[in-house]
Amino acid sequence: MTDITHYLAADHTHCDDLFAEAENAVASTDWLNGQSRFQAYEAATLHHFAREESVLFPAFEARTGMSHGPTAVMRGEHVEMRETLQAMGQAIAKRDADAYLGLSETMLMLMRQHNLKEEQILYPMADQALADTAGEMVRQMEMLAG
Amino acid sequence: MTVAGLSYEQAPPFAAPLRFFLIAPLFLLLAAGLALFLSDWQSNRWSPAALGLTHLITLGYLTMVMLGALLQILPVVLGAPVPDVRRVAWFGLLGLSIGTPSLALGFMLAEPHWLHAGMTILVAGLLPVIVSIAFGLVRSAAPHVAWPIRQAAFALVVTLTLGIALAGGLSGLWTLPTSADLTPLHAAWGLIGWILLLVIGVAYQVVPMLQITPPYPAWLSRWLTWIMLAGLLLFSGLAQPGWGEAASLIGELAICAASIGFALATLRIQARRRRKVPDVTLDFWRLGMASLILSALLFPLLAWLPDIWQERARISLGLAFLLGFAASVVSGMLYKIVPFLAWFHLKTQTGAKVGAIPNMKEMIPDKLARPHFRLHLAMLILLLPAPFLPAPASEFATSAGLLLLAAGAVRQWLNLLRARRLFLRHGGRLD
Repeated sequence: MTDITHYLAADHTHCDDLFAEAENAVASTDWLNGQSRFQAYEAATLHHFAREESVLFPAFEARTGMSHGPTAVMRGEHVEMRETLQAMGQAIAKRDADAYLGLSETMLMLMRQHNLKEEQILYPMADQALADTAGEMVRQMEMLAG
Repeated sequence: MTVAGLSYEQAPPFAAPLRFFLIAPLFLLLAAGLALFLSDWQSNRWSPAALGLTHLITLGYLTMVMLGALLQILPVVLGAPVPDVRRVAWFGLLGLSIGTPSLALGFMLAEPHWLHAGMTILVAGLLPVIVSIAFGLVRSAAPHVAWPIRQAAFALVVTLTLGIALAGGLSGLWTLPTSADLTPLHAAWGLIGWILLLVIGVAYQVVPMLQITPPYPAWLSRWLTWIMLAGLLLFSGLAQPGWGEAASLIGELAICAASIGFALATLRIQARRRRKVPDVTLDFWRLGMASLILSALLFPLLAWLPDIWQERARISLGLAFLLGFAASVVSGMLYKIVPFLAWFHLKTQTGAKVGAIPNMKEMIPDKLARPHFRLHLAMLILLLPAPFLPAPASEFATSAGLLLLAAGAVRQWLNLLRARRLFLRHGGRLD
């Protein structure tokens, strides 16, 4: 069973695509496009965090008893990425391309390393630990309002 | 299965990898400087000068950066915590920093005492690192991803063992059997096994990560490094007696084909990247992949070249692999790793807001990294064809190329120092 891995990894890809579109637009100082792409990226990312923090992580922690394990590390990284997202939003508001591109470079490293850890380690663990309810997990995450 | 390693807390403090990264360019500078004054390295790749220079680059520059980066990447990306990482990092750092120049001096002066000293210090320094890394790799939480890196670590052990045998033989500690020429094996395991396999293992993780590219094809990342390892074993003559030569040739061709396959796959996924912003790391990687293809095409052709070009082509091939391929990739990676670690540790240590500390591009701006790339590219354009040019042009191209190599090393060093300076200025601590 790899339901959770597939579902959330696809969500990562979706966020990656939006990230790249926003960055490409800002790099060519297309601010109108950049702003809307960034907003889409930010919304998708926060939605993804919510799927994990309010559905997957609690279920994983309850099943495995590991509340200070990998999920705690991932929650900590979410905090850092939320803060970086906020700073990126401010750079967009100020039309400061250099600041945005410096922050997006930083965000990329945080986000992609984080995703790698989730896809290679945490999600497969979750698929194993929650094998009997993986379909239900995915359904709940899908239902979560954006 | 352990997941403790996912956390940055399991990674070494910033100072540990940074020391490796800041010492490495000095070895490149030293190699460039010495090469300007020594001349016989161009006429024979096994000459004392060539051996000394090669080890300054492979150990002092490449292995220095690769080990520093591994101690960081293993715990954080592969979930493979390295036991006792702080102390082990010191062993590796001192072993490489002191052992490498001793060894190089031993070669250049044909002085057994320096060879012994270099060999002993290198082994004493690298052994704890290898054992520690091996512990981490065995326990990796992402075993399928860790395989190429395990293979590279294995190759490092083989390289080191062969190196000990050779250095002992050269300095008269023991007599090597005349039937076995271990030198090409030592070189193959070091260059293909350790350097190339490690680059491939790391590329699988970082190339898609940095440019938002599609992943490498699954069959490729599953089998390619095994093919290379099999090629190395064939090349090493593990085949049936009497089949040795044919097996060795098959091994060579397998390695060359796999290298080209890897480089083309990398260029292909990079061409399909979602992230289109100019990126100096991407340029370094593309240059590295082009050089790897050049090396892998040149190698099988060596036997067909006229005699007077044979040795020159081998020198050129060595430069294409070490400076064109490996040094390019390593330089490109440093421009991601160092600014990110400087930012990350500064943020964690000071708890400052994201907007209050320099971001990655401020740590090392493109306008400083880009000149390093240009110097590096110009160096290759001069040095690679230099052995084939007529006498005066050849000497000029070599000297100019070496000056550019030195300038590039200085530029890289200053760029990395800048990140360190900003880190300290904003309240970061290097313990």
